[in-house]
Amino acid sequence: MTDYKNLKLIATSSPHIRGSETTQGIMKDVIIAMLPALAYACFNFGLRALTLTLVSVAGCVFFEWLYRKLMKKPQSIQDLSSVVTGMLLAFVSPVQIPYWMILIGDAFAIIIVKQLFGGIGKNFVNPALAGRAVLLASYAGSMTSWVDPAAGKAALFGSNVDVVTAATPLSYMKGTDPAALAESFGNLTSTYGVKEMFLGQIGGSLGEVSALMLIIGGVYLIWRKVINWQTPVAYIGTVAVLTFLFPKAGSSLDWMLYSIFGGGLMLGAFFMATDYATSPVTKKGQLIFGVGCGLFTVLIRYFGSYNEGVCYSIMVMNLFVPFIDKYTKPVRFGVVKKEGAAK
Amino acid sequence: MNFGKQLKEGLITQNPVLVQVLGMCSTMAITTSIMNGLGMGVSVLIILTASNVVISAIRKIVPDKIRIAMFIVVIAGFVTCVDLLLQAFVPAIAESLGVFIPLIVVNCIILGRAESFSYKNGVGASFVDGICQGLGYTAVLLVMCFIRELLGAGTLAGFRIIPEQFPVGILTLPVGGFLVLGCLIAAMQWALSKSKEGK
Repeated sequence: MTDYKNLKLIATSSPHIRGSETTQGIMKDVIIAMLPALAYACFNFGLRALTLTLVSVAGCVFFEWLYRKLMKKPQSIQDLSSVVTGMLLAFVSPVQIPYWMILIGDAFAIIIVKQLFGGIGKNFVNPALAGRAVLLASYAGSMTSWVDPAAGKAALFGSNVDVVTAATPLSYMKGTDPAALAESFGNLTSTYGVKEMFLGQIGGSLGEVSALMLIIGGVYLIWRKVINWQTPVAYIGTVAVLTFLFPKAGSSLDWMLYSIFGGGLMLGAFFMATDYATSPVTKKGQLIFGVGCGLFTVLIRYFGSYNEGVCYSIMVMNLFVPFIDKYTKPVRFGVVKKEGAAK
Repeated sequence: MNFGKQLKEGLITQNPVLVQVLGMCSTMAITTSIMNGLGMGVSVLIILTASNVVISAIRKIVPDKIRIAMFIVVIAGFVTCVDLLLQAFVPAIAESLGVFIPLIVVNCIILGRAESFSYKNGVGASFVDGICQGLGYTAVLLVMCFIRELLGAGTLAGFRIIPEQFPVGILTLPVGGFLVLGCLIAAMQWALSKSKEGK
């Protein structure tokens, strides 16, 4: 690397105006934005939420360091992007999975998905989501058994209760038989009110349960101009509209609220779908990207074999990003579009 | 013809799977256990060598316009022999390889070598080429089988190495085949470019 600070004359191509933003600063903001959700996870599931997140972060940083060291490339761990990946992977995992399991996910996310394609900014799908997809396909049992939040709190306050597994709200909302689905959705609404759903006193992955905390983090990111509002609003809006128009049980409003507060939608919309490397550059493109994510999420939840579709919907849309970028390319200043010319 | 040079081409610089990227279908499908890989690799090795020799021998009398059809007939003959032999002597492997043995008929490696090598070269050279390319294919299959069986299922040739709860099951799924093959191709290209730089 050139030592720019000690150079007398800087001869570079344009642009010459440099912003004060750095990758490290942006990643710091993302980490800050995730802290409320992490704090809530500790409250909800006990201290294991914190230790699992720390192990995952340590794993991601270590694998990044190791790969760069072995390949004799400049170290990149100081940009903190691997810390974000580690936190996100822990956030989308159930709290009780063994530490070695999340380390396998870390290794896959960092080495295969990120570094083999050239490191930060070069990966074409979100590393944390790819790590989760690998873990889900490999250890379906551990990755889909959820801890009852009540049991987690008991562990936090010292009592020795064995882990109690609980179903996630989305599993109550899955089914093809209308009568059975209406009954299980009725059970869900009587077990958890909309308030519990919004605050996050429900079963689910570590960091996805509390819609409130994730919205706080997301609003912070939008306020700090780290992310644009287009992707999350388009994503959540699409899911809201589709579930409101086509409820499978209960009233439209209930079905919509439980759909957007249950599962990983908030986490995915604010923290995953907005990843710079794997989302479109233009605002118009980000709207298209968000709508696509929402559409695939609802399709997978309604017709797929999994309860949750956020992870795969974002990964599928990640693959469309080059096309979206190509077709939403803004017209350069001074270029006049010809009449009838092909776009 | 230089045997060492052909061997190096078959195993490394012109490796049928990692460099020419041929025969993908069988490579993805059967590399879930060492025994499958060995059975498939040896079958292809035998068929490739035999068809190379025969095609090279008849190359002067085959009209140019129907040569592909002739290649297929020759290859299909040998595939049928190997298929029946496998069923007779190692029924377990024949069963687990299933349709992929008959599918060797349309394996691009064999057709590719017939078209690009044995149709233009003598019997001896074609024989050596068949063995070298077959070895290259078998070697890649065995490496892939080793990785996928050990890490994906935790066993080697059926013996348990890694306790049951640990293996990364995704590697035994089709997507794992693509992942392992992609990584191997990347490693191969990296090694080839390194050695080119070294010269």
